[in-house]
Amino acid sequence: MSFVPGQPLTAVVQRIQIQKLRQGENLILGFSIGGGIDQDPGQNPFSDDKTDKGIYVTRITPGGPADAAGLRMGDKLMQVNGWDMTMVTHDQARKRLTKKNEDVVRLLVTRKSLEEAVKQSMGSFPRQ
Amino acid sequence: MDTESTYSGYSYYSGRSRGSHRHGERSRDRHKTRSKDSRSEKSVTINTPPAEPLLGDSAVRGEQVQDDNWGETTTAVTGTSEHSLSQEDIVRITKDLEDSVGLDCRRYFTLALAVILGLLVFLTPLAFLVLPHLLWPEKLQSCGTACEGLFISVAFKLLILLLAVWALFFRPPRAGLPRVFVFRALLAVLVLLFVVSYWLFYGVRILDSQDENYQGIVQYAVSLVDALLFIHYLAIVLLELRQLQPCFSVCVTRSTDGEIRHYNLGQLSIQRAALAILEHYYCDFPVSNPALLSASKSRAAKHLAGLKVYNVDGPGNNAAAGLVHSQSRAMIAAAARRRDTSHNELYYEEAEHERRVRKRKARLVVAVEEAFTHIKRMQEEEQKKAPGDVMDPREAAQAIFPSMARALQKYLRTTKQQHCHSMESIQQHLAFCITNNMTPKAFLESYLTPGPTLQYSRDHWRARQWTLISEASVTSGLKDGSIFLLKCVDFSLVVTTKKIPYIQMSEEYIDPKSHKFVLRLQSETSV
Repeated sequence: MSFVPGQPLTAVVQRIQIQKLRQGENLILGFSIGGGIDQDPGQNPFSDDKTDKGIYVTRITPGGPADAAGLRMGDKLMQVNGWDMTMVTHDQARKRLTKKNEDVVRLLVTRKSLEEAVKQSMGSFPRQ
Repeated sequence: MDTESTYSGYSYYSGRSRGSHRHGERSRDRHKTRSKDSRSEKSVTINTPPAEPLLGDSAVRGEQVQDDNWGETTTAVTGTSEHSLSQEDIVRITKDLEDSVGLDCRRYFTLALAVILGLLVFLTPLAFLVLPHLLWPEKLQSCGTACEGLFISVAFKLLILLLAVWALFFRPPRAGLPRVFVFRALLAVLVLLFVVSYWLFYGVRILDSQDENYQGIVQYAVSLVDALLFIHYLAIVLLELRQLQPCFSVCVTRSTDGEIRHYNLGQLSIQRAALAILEHYYCDFPVSNPALLSASKSRAAKHLAGLKVYNVDGPGNNAAAGLVHSQSRAMIAAAARRRDTSHNELYYEEAEHERRVRKRKARLVVAVEEAFTHIKRMQEEEQKKAPGDVMDPREAAQAIFPSMARALQKYLRTTKQQHCHSMESIQQHLAFCITNNMTPKAFLESYLTPGPTLQYSRDHWRARQWTLISEASVTSGLKDGSIFLLKCVDFSLVVTTKKIPYIQMSEEYIDPKSHKFVLRLQSETSV
């Protein structure tokens, strides 16, 4: 999941679709995010590269919609509903996820285990 | 008061006691007896014996001697013991006499030389001015106001020179150094040469030719005085200013108990550096206490005494050196094989000693505090009203002293300080503390920790005559890594020098506007 600024990023991603749950007048997804280009990347416990300013999933409410959809703690959000999540501020990320007129979010997330699974299945030709 | 007992003068024994050497300084006429009626059935008699160290050289004996002294029971003072001198003392007395005579001679000689030189220097300008008037008054041109102005300037410059020389040179000598003080000698020679050359010029050009231009002569005298003032400036720089800037860090170690101090010195010759170090020694180093070293000496003696080496082959087989060599090797091998438990003993002994000292200290503190509560200062108004049982500080001290005497004496004996403090000095100190409204803790501080050597009376210094031992010449300057010794009778001070390094400093400019900060957060939002 390392990146070089200015170069296109390639990653193995998983498509996750979460149905928002209505609680009162709020639509909740059931997880917490951390990170962003305005945050301190060194304090992120989930990233491998401590200069990675992407959005990471820091907590999952057990039994919530995200948990049911297959989101895991430590996942990095690459896209939300088509919007890019790798170079956004924390507040922009929150806004994209909590749009009131959408009740479904389609996420592209990446994690280390995906990369390794692909590597193993590809054998000696690992995807860069 | 529950701690009253009978005291009397203490005994002291003859032999190798340093106390007997100073019998001339003891005041034999201060045997005061004072009996006090008390409410208990015992009677209190306080005899103040002459000021004397209580114990002789206890370091000679290996173990703690149970001796009778002022806290305990009575003993008789025999006449013979006070006046006996050992062979060592006689030798020391004669050596002191010789040394003092030799030093005085040298000091008077240098003093006489200095006085002669000073007189020469001061009278020369005056002579320059006066001689033309005496020798050829009729030929002399009278000079007007310019000359009189120059007379005034000569007078004031001479006055300033007189004051400056008095300030710089006429101070009581601090010490007698082994070699001549190089800078002073050089300056004296320079001044002498200078004055002699001026006289030479004066004699040849002015006296012989009987010059009539008096103003020129007066200006010549003024130039002499100016030059003398500049030489005095040179003297200040060489003698006083040059050694002020610290250049060396010296480490002074006492050879007996390893006390270490560090001082900063400037560029000095070795003898002047030694003098500065000795002056610091008297102010900084705690007084040397040979009684504290007896423990390690006894341990060393035990190590050596444990083994006896016999030469089985008979005499005449090896050379003497070879015999000694084989003996020492045998002893070292045997000692290595023997199971030595002396470290265990040392550990428990020290722990026990620590406990004992703390216990005695606790008792002492309580006794002193209780004793101090018996004394109250009388106010002015009360003094006029009730002149009853009024005491001055000395009597007050003597009144409360018996209640704490035993505890204090026991504490001093445990910490092996009993020979540093005599009963008279303790009572004096007590009177001093009472006069100045000191608390019991303030009174005790001088007995709980050994103070610098200067605070004790001269008898206890154990450091009077110093010898400088150095491989380099003592008038050469201090260098990095120079080592010398200052030896006195009981111990020596080992001095090593290290140069303060040359410091290369560079500069970096920081624009005050360049101090900018960012906030680094890591927030977590639930969605």
